[in-house]
Amino acid sequence: MRLSLAVLKKYLDTNASVKELAEKMTMIGLEVEEVQDLATSLQGFVIGEIKAVEQHPNADRLHVLHVFDGKDTLQVVCGAPNVRVGMKSILSYPGCVIPKFNEKLEESTIRGVESQGMMCAEDEIGIGTDHTGIIDLDTDKPAGTPAAEALGADVVFDVNVTPNRPDCFGVKGVARDLAAAGMGTYKDPYVPAIKGSYESPVKVEIQNDTCPIYTGRYIRGVKNGPSPEWMQKALISVGLRPISALVDITNYLNIAECRPLHVFDADKLHGNIIVRAAKEGEKMMALDDKEYTLSPEVCVIADEAAAQSIAGIMGGVDTAVSQDTVNVFLESAYFAPIKIAKAGTLTGALSDSRSRFERGVDPASAVDDNARATQMILDLCGGEPSEIVIAGKEPEWKCEIDFDWNQVKRLTGLEVPQQTMEKILKDLGFGVKGNKISVPSWRVHDVSLQADLVEEITRIYGLDTLPDAPMRAEKLPIGTLLPNQKRESTVRRALANQGLNQVMTWSFMDSKLAKYFGSKNLRLSNPIASDLDELRPSLVPNLLSAVKRNQDSGVADVQLFEVGPEFYSDVPGGQKLVACAVRAGNALPKSWLESARGVDVFGAKQDAYVALRAANAPDNMVVGHNVPSWYHPGRAGTFQLGKNVLAVFGELHPMVLKVFDIKTPVVACEVYLDAIPAVKQKDNKMQPTLKKSQYQAVTRDFAFVVDKDVEAQKIISTIQNVDKNLIQNVSVFDVYAGDKLPDGKKQIAVQVVLQSMDKTLTDAEIEGVSAQILNYVQKNTGGELRK
Amino acid sequence: MQQLDEIRANTLPLIEKAENLSALDAVRVGVLGKNGSLTGLMKNMGVMSPEERKTFGATVNAVKNEIVSALDAKKAALEAKEMADKLAAESVDVTLPARPVQQGRIHPTTQAMEEALTIFAQMGFELAEGPDVEDDWHNFEALNLPKEHPARQMQATFFFDNKNMLRTQTSGVQIRTMENQKPPIKIVCPGRTYRRDYDATHLPEFHQIEGFVVDEKANLANLKSVLVEFFKLFFETDDVQVRFRPSYFPFTEPSYEMDLGGVLARNIGKEWIELLGCGVVDPRVLQNCGIDPDKYQGFAFGVGLDRLAMMKYGIPDLRPMFEADMKWIKHYGFVPLDIPTVTSGLSLNGGKKCD
Repeated sequence: MRLSLAVLKKYLDTNASVKELAEKMTMIGLEVEEVQDLATSLQGFVIGEIKAVEQHPNADRLHVLHVFDGKDTLQVVCGAPNVRVGMKSILSYPGCVIPKFNEKLEESTIRGVESQGMMCAEDEIGIGTDHTGIIDLDTDKPAGTPAAEALGADVVFDVNVTPNRPDCFGVKGVARDLAAAGMGTYKDPYVPAIKGSYESPVKVEIQNDTCPIYTGRYIRGVKNGPSPEWMQKALISVGLRPISALVDITNYLNIAECRPLHVFDADKLHGNIIVRAAKEGEKMMALDDKEYTLSPEVCVIADEAAAQSIAGIMGGVDTAVSQDTVNVFLESAYFAPIKIAKAGTLTGALSDSRSRFERGVDPASAVDDNARATQMILDLCGGEPSEIVIAGKEPEWKCEIDFDWNQVKRLTGLEVPQQTMEKILKDLGFGVKGNKISVPSWRVHDVSLQADLVEEITRIYGLDTLPDAPMRAEKLPIGTLLPNQKRESTVRRALANQGLNQVMTWSFMDSKLAKYFGSKNLRLSNPIASDLDELRPSLVPNLLSAVKRNQDSGVADVQLFEVGPEFYSDVPGGQKLVACAVRAGNALPKSWLESARGVDVFGAKQDAYVALRAANAPDNMVVGHNVPSWYHPGRAGTFQLGKNVLAVFGELHPMVLKVFDIKTPVVACEVYLDAIPAVKQKDNKMQPTLKKSQYQAVTRDFAFVVDKDVEAQKIISTIQNVDKNLIQNVSVFDVYAGDKLPDGKKQIAVQVVLQSMDKTLTDAEIEGVSAQILNYVQKNTGGELRK
Repeated sequence: MQQLDEIRANTLPLIEKAENLSALDAVRVGVLGKNGSLTGLMKNMGVMSPEERKTFGATVNAVKNEIVSALDAKKAALEAKEMADKLAAESVDVTLPARPVQQGRIHPTTQAMEEALTIFAQMGFELAEGPDVEDDWHNFEALNLPKEHPARQMQATFFFDNKNMLRTQTSGVQIRTMENQKPPIKIVCPGRTYRRDYDATHLPEFHQIEGFVVDEKANLANLKSVLVEFFKLFFETDDVQVRFRPSYFPFTEPSYEMDLGGVLARNIGKEWIELLGCGVVDPRVLQNCGIDPDKYQGFAFGVGLDRLAMMKYGIPDLRPMFEADMKWIKHYGFVPLDIPTVTSGLSLNGGKKCD
């Protein structure tokens, strides 16, 4: 919220400097994000008076101005269309920092004509948004007057008002806080009740519970003109445009006192006011020139003909005041925050009234503020007020808290004398009677519990004296990470050690791409971009996009991995933790030792295997073929335990790569960390005793010729099962298919290590096992020993 | 005897001159072989008188020994030379590059997260985790954000059609923990969080770590100590100041923003850096989880992990953290075995990276 110092001073008597005020606001919870001080930011800028306007010799749209600055006449090239002789505007010299650009103006030559300065538009010096022409000052002040003085320099604080402090959406609330924090004396703008001279011809009836109380007043014979300069400045300083006195009064009281009001042109009203639910489909043209289609959840202020205002949000065009307005009907009401929030969401209408009502306006202020606004209208526009019209009654708002003064110490550790606490609460408007604290009406939206009072006291008191109270572990947990958490960390480090680079990509992706990766249609209702509209069903696609980006930027060989969630449902827990790695281009770069080797399925298999083993997966996994559609059907596989798939690896499907416009082969693996059986929790971490055989190990090589579709895994497991005690290891050391073998055949050569725990194997025993191996391999795979 | 002198005088220079082992062996055979000159002389000893034999034998043996040791010495020298020549012939250009290896990197946010966990673990915090997709209760309602509450607008939220949402903070984990565990509770929860915000300084997805303590006496003064200690350890400096500014979060009361002062702020020319939100757990949140706020109390804090990593490791820009750029990760990432521990220092960082 923008807050003008001039307005603040109407509610706070203070000698504090701008800096002190800003710091204090920040330290009591009203964070000042920026202080805009024209006297500082427009140092050196002055009023310049245009003495002559000439056409630029080389540019149709430019003028060459002769600008008098009180001493000299400067030549200034200017592109604004609104220049004229005698006009006063703001002149800046070379060396002045132009706020909009935060850069120093330099002397320059524009299309061959020297320019010794610049005439400024509103936006360039940060006092508005207008850039249609240079500022046209309507002032008696002479050329050379400093700009800050010419513009009635005000200081504007940009305050971040948190949603729990609706009262501080009015300057009045900020003043009250500052006074309580020792920054001066609060001045209450209270106006006594105004006696009307006649009964209001417009009556009010409430038919909707959005509005507990509605007060109105008829004022006849007003004269609506421009509002006084101080009010216009107050509005301009916070970014509002002055319109007319009647409108400006409502806007001013809104920003200054958090009092949303509405003024109807009474002559445009048809009969009485009815506060009612909108009819389904009822339409209203609002002051923002948009037509709103309403529904019964939205409360409207209607006359006997139609809805004339969306209650608490925005007035309608039909009954708006104008320069010609003579009779008005003033509205000062209270609307329930939740109902306004709901109506606001439904209509989508944004206004300063809505933002205040939905956070919570002072529920006890409708009547008093009716007088306040009436008085202001009478002062500025004249007229004759009716008696006040009151429909409904103030909502129940009174709140009393039994306060244990020790709560401050209990919850914060801060020692504050009770007297001090009492004073702080009283200064903030709370009633204090012993332990009974009554909450002022303007704070009831936020304060209702003891903890809330603790907050009030500590934020004004400050935490400078907050003690240090170390909180060492009374008992260190044994193993902070759960086994699966530890596993995640180990897998990350293991994959990085494999030469893969850890990245983090969005949890969402483009639904148009998701369909290639088993999309579960987990669409966001409100995506931030159309290519980030679905929760990723797999980590592969976002990594593929990354491969593409890297390759486009000149990195051809890409090795990436991510450990993160993939999603299968839009309910809590509908996600799996996956470690996914991709490799594109060359697995190893070309070097003087060996030529470049492209990525292949066995590299992906290695990555998967390394991750699985780092996660303590058992070593009896088997390789399966049931791979997702985004993999190459013949060059991909799974690691599984029974039907439980722990990982998928392989070359990616060429069609998928085509979708991503990737020209190199890409291999990937996805390791489903949650699917890996949990590490068995034991009482201790002791290993079984190592058993080493003291007898000689024997190796035997076998070269089997099998049909091409026989898988190595089949041969290996067949051999392992021949004699689990003697056969220590089976490894494949050669695979061959070619001219030297019959068509449809291949050779797989394996080395078998035999070793007994309790004796040296005799030749006969070795021959016996070998014969069994040949026999079983022949039986299970049709494999014959190569002759 | 004269012959013996001749053999000696002829042989020793021959040994000395032998250029290789086979030449040396030829010398040996010529003198000591079956038909060698010295062997021939020794054969004559059979016909000598015992007296003669004794003197002659002693002399011959002396010469023989002298020749044998000369042969041995020369052999050793020749063998050493031969080895040296062989090795010299085998030499390669060791300035050629090493066999290529590829070493990957750990993402700075992960590194920062593990560092933070290491520190909090020492303080007795346990790690808790929760789902990325949350329901209204855990993301809002239980955290004292009833429906239509204006503060819900503070957190631009991604929704699904079933009204579930992507969590806007990790605080849902507080609720889930309290639903399953009675105090004392002392947890940290790191994780992905989501906000519908995308500009120069906001990303729709980022990482937070949240601390949450509920017991019979945890208060703001404890929170302050925990955070000061954490930031000293995390940033590896004693020059840490903190400042608490009152603020507002629905789930804490009182609520504060913590600013960090000291060397990290000065490094970027500031007095304070806004860093973290925190506060005393709101009694309504405890009540929502069936915990008696008159008996139990606590504090909570949440801080951006990506931000912590950026500050500690001089990463200027947030966006690349999610862009998976190889050049970026190679530059800002950590070598795989640079595992944070408090005792050995949290990270090498500057540690030389290969590849």
